[in-house]
Amino acid sequence: MSKRIDVKDLNVYYSKFLAVEDVNINIEAKSVTAFIGPSGCGKSTFLRTLNRMHEVIPGARVEGEVLLDGDNLYGPGVDPVTVRSQIGMVFQRPNPFPTMSIRDNVLAGVKLNNTKISKGEADVLVERSLQGANLWNEVKDRLGKPGSGLSGGQQQRLCIARAIAVEPQVILMDEPCSALDPISTLAIEDLINELKDQYTVVIVTHNMQQAARVSDKTAFFNIAGTGKPGKLIEFGDTPTIFSNPTEKATEDYVSGRFG
Amino acid sequence: MTSTLTPVRKRSALTKGQLPKAAPYIVLAVALVLGAAILALIGFNAFGWGIVSAILFAAGLVGWSLVVEGARKAKDKLATCLVVGSFLVALLPLFSVIWTVLVNGLPGLLDPGFLTTSMNGVTGAFDNKTVEEGAPLLGGIYHALMGTLLITVLATIISVPVGLLTAIYLVEYGEDRALARAITFFVDVMTGIPSIVAGLFAAAAFFALVGPGTKTGAVAAVALSVLMIPVVVRSSEEMLKIVPNELREAAYALGVRKWRTILKVVLPTAISGIASGITLAIARVIGETAPILVTAGFATTINTNVFSGWMASLPTFIYTQILNPTSPSNPDPSSQRAWGAALVLIILVMLLNLGARLIARMFAPKTGR
Repeated sequence: MSKRIDVKDLNVYYSKFLAVEDVNINIEAKSVTAFIGPSGCGKSTFLRTLNRMHEVIPGARVEGEVLLDGDNLYGPGVDPVTVRSQIGMVFQRPNPFPTMSIRDNVLAGVKLNNTKISKGEADVLVERSLQGANLWNEVKDRLGKPGSGLSGGQQQRLCIARAIAVEPQVILMDEPCSALDPISTLAIEDLINELKDQYTVVIVTHNMQQAARVSDKTAFFNIAGTGKPGKLIEFGDTPTIFSNPTEKATEDYVSGRFG
Repeated sequence: MTSTLTPVRKRSALTKGQLPKAAPYIVLAVALVLGAAILALIGFNAFGWGIVSAILFAAGLVGWSLVVEGARKAKDKLATCLVVGSFLVALLPLFSVIWTVLVNGLPGLLDPGFLTTSMNGVTGAFDNKTVEEGAPLLGGIYHALMGTLLITVLATIISVPVGLLTAIYLVEYGEDRALARAITFFVDVMTGIPSIVAGLFAAAAFFALVGPGTKTGAVAAVALSVLMIPVVVRSSEEMLKIVPNELREAAYALGVRKWRTILKVVLPTAISGIASGITLAIARVIGETAPILVTAGFATTINTNVFSGWMASLPTFIYTQILNPTSPSNPDPSSQRAWGAALVLIILVMLLNLGARLIARMFAPKTGR
């Protein structure tokens, strides 16, 4: 249950400001794709267009096509809610629902949509999702406690469990480790490696070692200057991008000789 | 030859002069004695004594500190004096009001039957008997208490849905559109509307819709909700605004619809603040007098139907008992009843405030491991 994403000639706008220009990229199913690049180059913005979260911001809009196994996300009559239930997202800062227990947080996608689920099925789903997020052993004795009582790394894995509980095709991660310590980061990276057996994973990261460690393919985004749109400079296999990139800008960035 | 002598010093180079710990108390005692002496010369009164002593205290403490500790500490002492002084000035009227109402209201409140009987059939003759022959005081505030509670409950039932839905529109759907800006502007204007105008509006509206001279509890409730809605909108809006956007996005990213996100994520997160805001809005209107005067009229009998007949309420009860005593020749029983009613009103407001805190604590997002 994972699908590929193909992006064709995508322009992303905030009102009149063109934030990301002319992106073409093919993201394989059951692979990990990393987006790297300097701050403000539009990689997070672009990631949010992949599950129509970009348009949540007032005035934000998109031109072009994003195909999920051939179906255009931005086609007429497409319900963004359907898109988002197929393409899950994990955010930069862990954001468990503060009013809910750990168990309810995992079940949030089901419960908030008022889908009927029996207690037995719910128990199975909670355990499977928490197992999938490598959190089960740490929280199995306190599922009724508030999710906000967990540590930052545990909260982030809880958010991942919450995202995979709705069984999406694709999981987008927007700098999921930037608020975490190295040990929690390692736990999440291990988890990403396991997730790619079942899901298509797209991850934005500022940490190039992380991109090198976890991803199969890497996309480098760059920006020509303040006020200019961000662009996809180079996209290829991760080893190639890091050891033998074709573009000069990519080489400068990955070798730390940037700017 | 290489050995150096450490100079013997009496004091650390890092310290300056310090006032003794008891300095404020010494200055206070001196200021009180001096203040009493000065006041004795020009005629003693407690209020003047307090003011003169406070000024003497501030001047004395700051002056002493300037001499011993230097300018920075003296400025610090001056600021402390000003802050504490303003705090006392702000508290003084509050305590004075509570004390006066407590002293004057307790005899009325403790009167048997005060909370359980109405003024039905209580005439000036009974009050004259109470004063002249020491007969027990008759009459109570049951009708007014019921009226206040019913009118306020109805006003709350009208205001909370309107106010809360308006706040939800402004925060979740408004997106700074012209309509949202207009609503915000008019809500601000409505916050400052004089309460008598709200009463006249409700009276005129029912005059036009139902018929001339319509005075019922419901009209009063409408008048009160005109006052209450802007308060509810404002407080709920602030509470909804501080719900982190991340939570909304987290819900959207799970494929949850916007209205469900608002209903099940945003509102539960903000509910403690919203509930206490609503309780404070109720406390704000429960003591309104003017709008009720022109919309519900006066009554001496128990009327629990808000949709027909005049209705008493605590503020109007106080107003009429003071202005038109039941027995014009012996107004004391009436004023005792009025103070008693005032005490009940203050207790109600206090209970509402306590309730608001309790609600806020009950609904607050739980933390803990």
